[in-house]
Amino acid sequence: MELLNSAVVDWSRGQFALTAMYHWLFVPLTLGLGVIQAIMETIYVKTGDEKWKKATKFWMSIFGINFAIGVATGIILEFQFGTNWSNYSYFVGDIFGAPLAIEGILAFFMEATFISIMFFGWNKVSKGVHLAATWLTITGATLSALWILIANAWMQLPLGMEFNPLTARNEMIDFWAVVSSPVAINKFFHTVYSGWILGSLFVLGVSAWYLLKKREVDFAIKSIRIAAIFGIISSVLIIWTGHGSAKQVAYHQPMKLAAMEGLYEGKSGAPLIAWGFLNPEKKSYADNVEPIVLAVKLPKVLSWMAFGEADAFVPGIKDIIDGGYEVPKIDPRYQDRVPVRADGTALSFDEKKAMGQRAQTALSNFLKAEKEKDTVAMAEYKSILDANYKNFGYGYLDKAEDSIPNVPLTFYSFRIMVILGGAFLLLFLIAAYLDWKKQLHKFKWILWVFILFIPLGYLATQLGWVVAEVGRQPWTIQDILPVQAAVSGIQSSSVKITFILFAVLFTGLLIAEIGIMKRQIVKGPKIEEKADKNDDSDTY
Amino acid sequence: MITYSFLQHYWWFIISLLGGILSFLLFVQGGQTLIGSIGKTENERKLLTNVIGKKWHYTFTTLVTFGGAFFASFPLFYSTSFSGALWVWMLILACFILQAVSYEYQNKPGNFFGRNAYRGFLFFNGLAGTFLIGAAIGTFFTGSEFLVNKANIAEFSGQFAPVISQWQHPLHGLEALFNLRNWLLGLTVFFLARTMAVLFFKNRIKDNNIEGRLNGALLKNAVPFVVFFLTFLIWTLLAEGFAVNPETNEVYMEKFKYFNNLIQVPALLILLLVGVAGVLYGIIFSMLKSTWRKGVWFAGPGAIITVTTLLLMAGFNYTAYYPSTYDLQSSLTIFNSSSSYYTLKVMSIVSFLIPFVLAYIFYAWNALEKNHATIDEFKEGHSY
Repeated sequence: MELLNSAVVDWSRGQFALTAMYHWLFVPLTLGLGVIQAIMETIYVKTGDEKWKKATKFWMSIFGINFAIGVATGIILEFQFGTNWSNYSYFVGDIFGAPLAIEGILAFFMEATFISIMFFGWNKVSKGVHLAATWLTITGATLSALWILIANAWMQLPLGMEFNPLTARNEMIDFWAVVSSPVAINKFFHTVYSGWILGSLFVLGVSAWYLLKKREVDFAIKSIRIAAIFGIISSVLIIWTGHGSAKQVAYHQPMKLAAMEGLYEGKSGAPLIAWGFLNPEKKSYADNVEPIVLAVKLPKVLSWMAFGEADAFVPGIKDIIDGGYEVPKIDPRYQDRVPVRADGTALSFDEKKAMGQRAQTALSNFLKAEKEKDTVAMAEYKSILDANYKNFGYGYLDKAEDSIPNVPLTFYSFRIMVILGGAFLLLFLIAAYLDWKKQLHKFKWILWVFILFIPLGYLATQLGWVVAEVGRQPWTIQDILPVQAAVSGIQSSSVKITFILFAVLFTGLLIAEIGIMKRQIVKGPKIEEKADKNDDSDTY
Repeated sequence: MITYSFLQHYWWFIISLLGGILSFLLFVQGGQTLIGSIGKTENERKLLTNVIGKKWHYTFTTLVTFGGAFFASFPLFYSTSFSGALWVWMLILACFILQAVSYEYQNKPGNFFGRNAYRGFLFFNGLAGTFLIGAAIGTFFTGSEFLVNKANIAEFSGQFAPVISQWQHPLHGLEALFNLRNWLLGLTVFFLARTMAVLFFKNRIKDNNIEGRLNGALLKNAVPFVVFFLTFLIWTLLAEGFAVNPETNEVYMEKFKYFNNLIQVPALLILLLVGVAGVLYGIIFSMLKSTWRKGVWFAGPGAIITVTTLLLMAGFNYTAYYPSTYDLQSSLTIFNSSSSYYTLKVMSIVSFLIPFVLAYIFYAWNALEKNHATIDEFKEGHSY
């Protein structure tokens, strides 16, 4: 099939990845720090202790610096669906636009309104109202995450819609199905917890620096206490949502799971690869080369994690392309989303591609018949379209390899994320223990470890998105629309220019942000010393 | 029974209203272009910055919501205009990105670019953001060059497969600047934003030196605003418009289409007159009585009503709101570009929450504006 210049697709993907990853540098800290500062202000309001107020205000100043650049990098993401993914915007805009609009109406305004009271209202509203504004700011930010993750989850598991050939697009038929999608709910909590963990790591690391410098000791210990407890709770919760996420991927995106595990040949009682190296000798999904070397395997764990049974069959990449394996039973609400052969086994790539092409030809013929007002032909083509639509997107793919995501990126990202997640829990437990034993100041090297874990927190949360998004390639909408057919009709040179524009712009702003944050941290909350009245550098 | 057509009209009204509110809130951008000329000392500039700085989130959020609501209710516009008029939208986005950090970062130590750079970003946002939004909206009346063919999605080959919306001008949006009427609307929005900013400053600031300069600035900005606006309005009312045949949905050129819309839908005419009267009343009485501070509360709602009505005029009464001069039949109307009945219905239910949102905005706005702003207020504590 003659599709668009692949450079447009690659650069558009690159730009989306660039802007989304930049945005995601700032959002998790907003989500985590927002809750931590709200907890601190709650303690201040309850106890009346001014030290807690100063601690709150310090973390709020960091929050403000981070929030501004989060807003700056966020606006492009919304409009980018239109600028670079115009076909996508039309093809699924009837469903996808709604959560974005609701995010604006219900979440952004809540954030925008109450953040002004949070920053400017200290002496203008009562303590209680101010506290409410602080909580409502973070509630708004979290609701914003909810709506955008509902939208993202829908791309991974498209529910509550049907294709309307008259308008040549997908249309929403069940809003509740979109909103209450199990993938959306799990993704929301998993993502928010990752923000909470990052916020905790950040507070832990910055506070450790004060302890090392022997400055603001009381403030630092108070902050570490809150961060450690909050971090432990978040880390335990994220294990639960992570497991939920693995199960959902196993059922709804088996190719992603196979890529995450580097699993080419499916197995019953499949082991989980705790660590291993991808074999560079493996050139094709169909060769018999062992894909992973030096693997540390946990027997049967993958089967159990994915399907709840130690001997369950987990299909590999080759199985998914060849078809013929028995499709696992899933929640009957979603069972008919995946067409199978008459004997209940999975379709091969070629069969799916044939279905996709039949659906596309039927749509083309339907639209021609509609122009000629031939209602009999329209009905006939619609029935062909309906019967084949669930694999519509495969019609755009050339060969089986096109349906495989980047395995190394997905495989390593997943492992590093999980290992780091475990390390974070351990770190929070150590912090809590040392605080409890009042020994934090005695272990300088551990305080340094706390600091070094801040960038690792960022790395882990970025890698989570790499697994989620790279792992689902080539699909913008699972099985319905691949990236090749989702882009805009623009020149690749245009996308290169905007890519460079955003790369330069965001990098410049990031440098500024880091510079300001560093100075703000060095300056500190000034709880133990009297602030210099003439020093107005904490003002904008 | 709520019909599909009713929902399409309702959502065009919501989009128009958001556009109207945005046009008023662009006073923040207008104010950003005035900081240097009205503030002569650093303290004065700081005061001016902070008075509008407490409101920048609202403008920004309204712009984002305007985009989101447009996406949800008229997705074909979203896919056609944003990819097609790419450079105009990218420039608008770039200058709003710069704005979002500039208030917070400008006076912070370690900010890398230095304070003047951030002030420069704010000025650029105020100038380019307002002008380009105005020029982009101008194309709602003057047209653009694009082709829409839904069948492309299922085409296997050919120049346009599989992209549905294809822009036909190589400048991808910048060609809007070849049209004088787009310039007029761009300049109208720019001077409107500055005029509103002056009225807002007059309302908020208690400082003799600044207040004196504001009176001069009002004249310098309000006069060009009125001249550009009236020229654009009269030209548009006299020009050919993009009409839709209610029976066949065919788009055709109609003489005096927008004027006819006002005559055939008298409510629009009344709204337009009320809106314009509000704007002029706010401006003229502020000029006549230099101590009167309430001008913005007449001119602001007036601007909202006027711009809302202009957008309604572009989409109601069987008019193509985003016309294609390349292929008239590709023009977007509220009927051929809207979301499905179900989606519009769901979104309409969501829209009932808007008054609740407005209520807490009203509360928060008032909570922070109990007293007039003075230079002393921003010397300590959290300020920009």
